[in-house]
Amino acid sequence: MAEGRLTALHVGEEREEGGALLTTLDSVINWARKNSLWPMPMGLSCCAIEFMAAAASRFDISRFGAEVARFSPKQADVMIVAGTMTYKMGEAVRRLYDQMAEPKWVIAMGACASSAGMFRTYSVMQGIDHIVPVDYYIPGCPPRPEMLLNALIELQKRVGEDRSFRRTNAGLMLGTKT
Amino acid sequence: MSTPAPATTAGFSTSFERQKGPGGEEHMILNMGPSHPSTHGVLRILLELDGEVIVRAEPDVGYLHRGMEKIAEVYGYNKFVPYTDRFDYLAPIANNVAVVSAVEKCAGIEIPERARMLRLVCCELGRISAHLLGIGAFAMDIGALSVFLYSFQQRENIYNFMEALTGARFTVSWTRVGGCARDLPPGWVDGVKRFVKDFPQRIERDVEGLLTTNRIWVDRLKGVGVMPRDVAISYGLTGPSLRASGVEWDLRKEQPYLGYENFDFDIPVGEVGDAYDRYLVRIEEMKQSARILQQALDRIPEGPINVDDKKIVLPGKREVLTSMEQLIHQFMVVTEGPELGPAERYFGVENPKGELGFYVDADGTGRPRRMRVRGPSFMNIASFPYALKGSMLADVVAILGSFDFVMGECDR
Amino acid sequence: MTAENPSPESPAVAAIRSRWPDAVRDVAVNAGQFRVTIPREKLIEILTALRDDPVLKFDFLVDLTAIDLSPAVPRFRMVYVLRSMTRREELVLKCEVPEDDCRVPSAHELYRCVNAMERECYDMFGIHFTGHPDLRRILMPEMFTDFPLRKDFPMVGKMSDQEWAEWIVARAQRTEGDPA
Repeated sequence: MAEGRLTALHVGEEREEGGALLTTLDSVINWARKNSLWPMPMGLSCCAIEFMAAAASRFDISRFGAEVARFSPKQADVMIVAGTMTYKMGEAVRRLYDQMAEPKWVIAMGACASSAGMFRTYSVMQGIDHIVPVDYYIPGCPPRPEMLLNALIELQKRVGEDRSFRRTNAGLMLGTKT
Repeated sequence: MSTPAPATTAGFSTSFERQKGPGGEEHMILNMGPSHPSTHGVLRILLELDGEVIVRAEPDVGYLHRGMEKIAEVYGYNKFVPYTDRFDYLAPIANNVAVVSAVEKCAGIEIPERARMLRLVCCELGRISAHLLGIGAFAMDIGALSVFLYSFQQRENIYNFMEALTGARFTVSWTRVGGCARDLPPGWVDGVKRFVKDFPQRIERDVEGLLTTNRIWVDRLKGVGVMPRDVAISYGLTGPSLRASGVEWDLRKEQPYLGYENFDFDIPVGEVGDAYDRYLVRIEEMKQSARILQQALDRIPEGPINVDDKKIVLPGKREVLTSMEQLIHQFMVVTEGPELGPAERYFGVENPKGELGFYVDADGTGRPRRMRVRGPSFMNIASFPYALKGSMLADVVAILGSFDFVMGECDR
Repeated sequence: MTAENPSPESPAVAAIRSRWPDAVRDVAVNAGQFRVTIPREKLIEILTALRDDPVLKFDFLVDLTAIDLSPAVPRFRMVYVLRSMTRREELVLKCEVPEDDCRVPSAHELYRCVNAMERECYDMFGIHFTGHPDLRRILMPEMFTDFPLRKDFPMVGKMSDQEWAEWIVARAQRTEGDPA
């Protein structure tokens, strides 16, 4: 990891480490990523129906580039856990989360995914954040599709500010420090 | 138990032992689910394959078991109604009606005429809604995505009506023991009438026109997943899956409830019991539901929507704030619940997926001693070892979609 | 209600009374649905006869479940809801199961749906069905050792989320063995 700057790439006045090239590269990568967040719908119960409604024509998640529901974890970016997660199901959810490639995000859609909702019982995990890290929690039972779209927009904002390229090895080499 | 046992391989795989084929070749075991686009929920099926042909199929359920029956014993009758939304979550209002109908039948409560008609109207709207999604998701699995979008468009209309009536698009929790929670908003009946008037033509144009005589659709569904009549009865199948197998059994006609005997409608019955018959039965049921609605919407009487028994139904706010006795009734109904029984009865209604039945064991308090939920999808899924055996791997998706089950009902 | 002249009686109840006079322990009725309590030794015999009888023809098993009556004794009561589709009649058969001898003969050969329903009953109550070909848990995970619908089992369960999470993560990170 080089500490100094490559003078050949020294482009004018820069306030961020790595220079304007790297920030431009980051913004290009982030723009591509955030407008094509492919969800992996972990549709466990009723919230899956509202997810389907969000993907249908009235609410149209396709406007945000996220209609490509990929059930294969290796092709998905964001796992939307929609529904109640029981202990029996936990293994599958965790396994699929582990198989997703970086960068990956998790949206806990609905009260059941966030905190088990109305089910304080012997077979329901009280929130999926016990086994997968959650980026956004959507309250509601089920949340309206607009709320899912809101979470998606917030996630897009966050992805837009991500240090996608600057975090990679190439970016670290070209920049000074992370 | 205090500590979990270490992860072992004990379980299905030890009982699901590979068989050897006639030539001595080993069969392949394929795991389908629980996260799978075409299993319509968290269902896991273990398939033993001889090439492309399924030799043995075993469903593994319980991935959505939320302990609803235990909840009913702890929470009571009225507080259980929101949980019933989550059984068949494609038509939540039908489950609400089912549970309070069972409790009222067990306890001998007669609800007013207006409440009965409103419940009937909502049940039929729920039936249309559930079949729309069933067919839409089924078509999407087979590959016809447009049908999914068209049917969801119609479902959004029904969501609008539900939202106007109950406040929620989807999980409505609208009924209570003794009646309904809210009355109709003005203009609701006219809106539903307009929807129902051109609904059959829309179905014919958007869904049937794309699917029923479609060569690909027919080829994929005809002869697939055949359930003969006696096998279907022995497996306890109910609903459209049973009627597609040639059994003319619909609880709305055989054991009428909510006043269904006063309406004119037909029961579609299939011939062969394959996936195509199950699809046709659902399409025709939607049209018959529209027919019932056209009759029912003109016959909603005026009157109260709750029975006039203050020990069961919450009294009105004005009475609660001015009369001591009503205040006490309100307190008791909210904290203890309507005290019913001792009585026991089984009661089933014709839900979109089949017979949703409740065995209510009321012991005199506001909480049932046992509220057994007979979910139709549990039996439908229990018949998969028969339905899937001998079919090809690609037919599994067609068969699962044609049975149109919901895991919320199966696992409860 | 006791077995004293609950009239009008359904033909099925009358047939059971006449064929097994000492097996009918109790008859009750609620809104036209009769409930007959029989001993579990006669359970399979009566179920088979009701199904195969050309007149009674109870060809459809609607439901099969159990009730935990604690603190009353005997503790469990099995409930079988039968239906005759030709005569449109429902009949509820009940039999008592004591806690110390928690076994019931399996009816899996009578109706195909019984296989899964008895597994659920075992899973939830711990009632053992003798003769069942494959009595395993169906709704709870295999390693679960309690019986949730018993009255002494708390609704919130006995294991904490932390314990379950450790079990889940350990299973999810296995790289060999069948994912059972």
